Amino acid sequence: MMLDAMDNPVTTPQPTTVSAQPDPAAPVEKISVRNLRFFYGTSEALHGVTLPFYNRHVTALIGPSGCGKSTLLRVLNRMYDLYPDQRAEGEVMLDGLNILDPSLDLNVLRSKVGMVFQKPTPFPMSIYDNIAFGIRLYGRPARSELDDRVEDVLQRAALWDEVKDKLADSGLGLSGGQQQRLCIARTIAVNPEVILLDEPCSALDPISTSKIEELIDELKASYTIAIVTHNMQQAARVSDYTAFMYLGELVEFGDTERIFTSPEHDRTQGYITGRYG
Amino acid sequence: MTGPLYVRRKLVNRIVTACSIGAAGLGLLFLFLVLWTLVTHGFAGLSFGVFTHNTPPPGSAGGLLNAIVGSLIMTIIGTLIGTPLGLFAGTYMAEYGKYARITSVIRFINDVLLSAPSIVVGLFVYEIMVVPMGHFSAWAGIAALSIIVIPVVLRTTEDMLSLVPGGLREAAIALGAPRWVVIAKVSYRAALSGLVTGVLLAVARISGETAPLLFTALNNQFWSTDLNAPMGSLPAIIYQFALSPYEEWQRLAWTGALLITFAVLGLNAFARLLAARQRSK
Repeated sequence: MMLDAMDNPVTTPQPTTVSAQPDPAAPVEKISVRNLRFFYGTSEALHGVTLPFYNRHVTALIGPSGCGKSTLLRVLNRMYDLYPDQRAEGEVMLDGLNILDPSLDLNVLRSKVGMVFQKPTPFPMSIYDNIAFGIRLYGRPARSELDDRVEDVLQRAALWDEVKDKLADSGLGLSGGQQQRLCIARTIAVNPEVILLDEPCSALDPISTSKIEELIDELKASYTIAIVTHNMQQAARVSDYTAFMYLGELVEFGDTERIFTSPEHDRTQGYITGRYG
Repeated sequence: MTGPLYVRRKLVNRIVTACSIGAAGLGLLFLFLVLWTLVTHGFAGLSFGVFTHNTPPPGSAGGLLNAIVGSLIMTIIGTLIGTPLGLFAGTYMAEYGKYARITSVIRFINDVLLSAPSIVVGLFVYEIMVVPMGHFSAWAGIAALSIIVIPVVLRTTEDMLSLVPGGLREAAIALGAPRWVVIAKVSYRAALSGLVTGVLLAVARISGETAPLLFTALNNQFWSTDLNAPMGSLPAIIYQFALSPYEEWQRLAWTGALLITFAVLGLNAFARLLAARQRSK
């Protein structure tokens, strides 16, 4: 939450390497996006975006619809690669490795960078198998070990108590909020390093939303988290850093508290106070 | 709302409704008449013996055993050969080659094949199998039937896989699953009843086909399970017996027609049931 952010030194966007920050307590730059341009066919959706994502912190991407937030997120796990007309230029470094490298093993990248979508997407299988699906991709644990891991991630996703008696039931039978927590559990079951959340609460009711937000708060102890949200309060509640984007450009990046209390740009001010968006 | 325009609209509405109901009723009437004729003529000849005796020589009693078994053998093997081809091609089109130009080419050719008269398929197999081999055979019949299966299964496979939400695929891919795992474990599972429906429709289609068998498996009035020899089938026996002057044969033809019709009806109903279940999911 914001309180944690205040414990950290104020960080301005520092697109250079980690060594540029001498303070050992400074957050480590997990992902560095540098001069990223993105194209849907011939139309350019991102015009040279540069920003960091810090390890064990939550970065919120905010901005009006069509500003490129989701596009940016979908670059971080190369999801855009599925579609022939989409391409990215620039550099996106994950632990010193360029994500945009065409020779990169995408399955390995996606095992490190998990993603949760706007619409809950449980697979048409049992709750148990929804979780086990990801685990089985990376090994064949014995049944008892698999059971333990499924329980563990469902516990961490705060879903265990609600589903422990119906693990064999279809994941499609859960409520929207439960489905979304199931998807988060499925994502962390793969042991990623980064979790991308693309408007994870926009289809959920307020109670489910607050459960997911609590969950994000707990997860950031272990993961680098990027969240796209249209909900300004949510960005303020869950994130340490906020990036405000507008028309494919990064307008402002900084400590969430600073962005929401004293933004440098008029555009940011206008958006967060609801004057347009 | 009582102006002349309103009255006119109401009148037109009634006329159109009446025409629609009339047309639907007429169609149903003929369908019912066909079924009724089949049942009245075919049911009389239906007995246990139909399933235990082979087709008789003219003038004596018998059953349809060899024709039923022949139809089963050729339908089953034809389905087993045609289904994987259609399934894999449809999978390529919906999953791997969704944006490839060849996909639209395949789709066009497949649609042509889907609506091609089945006698053309029979002639084709006659040319490439029966002529070189020098004789009719069950294998040739199987080949003709599997060629008919392919476009049906391909079309439904592509359609059903295209109905699987892209978000589901993205979610599986986001976990780092290789494409084949996504297809086998997520796409196929989400589309399962639709895929089964496609295969059932293909089975229903080929189990009643006569034209492609006449040039390939020919017919056989005797018991034979030799796939290298001509083989009897219900449609071919019906064709032969219905045109014969012998009363016993004609009765057996009616019974055979009844059997096929109800088998196909049952398969179609089952396929519809599965498809409805898929939609309600």
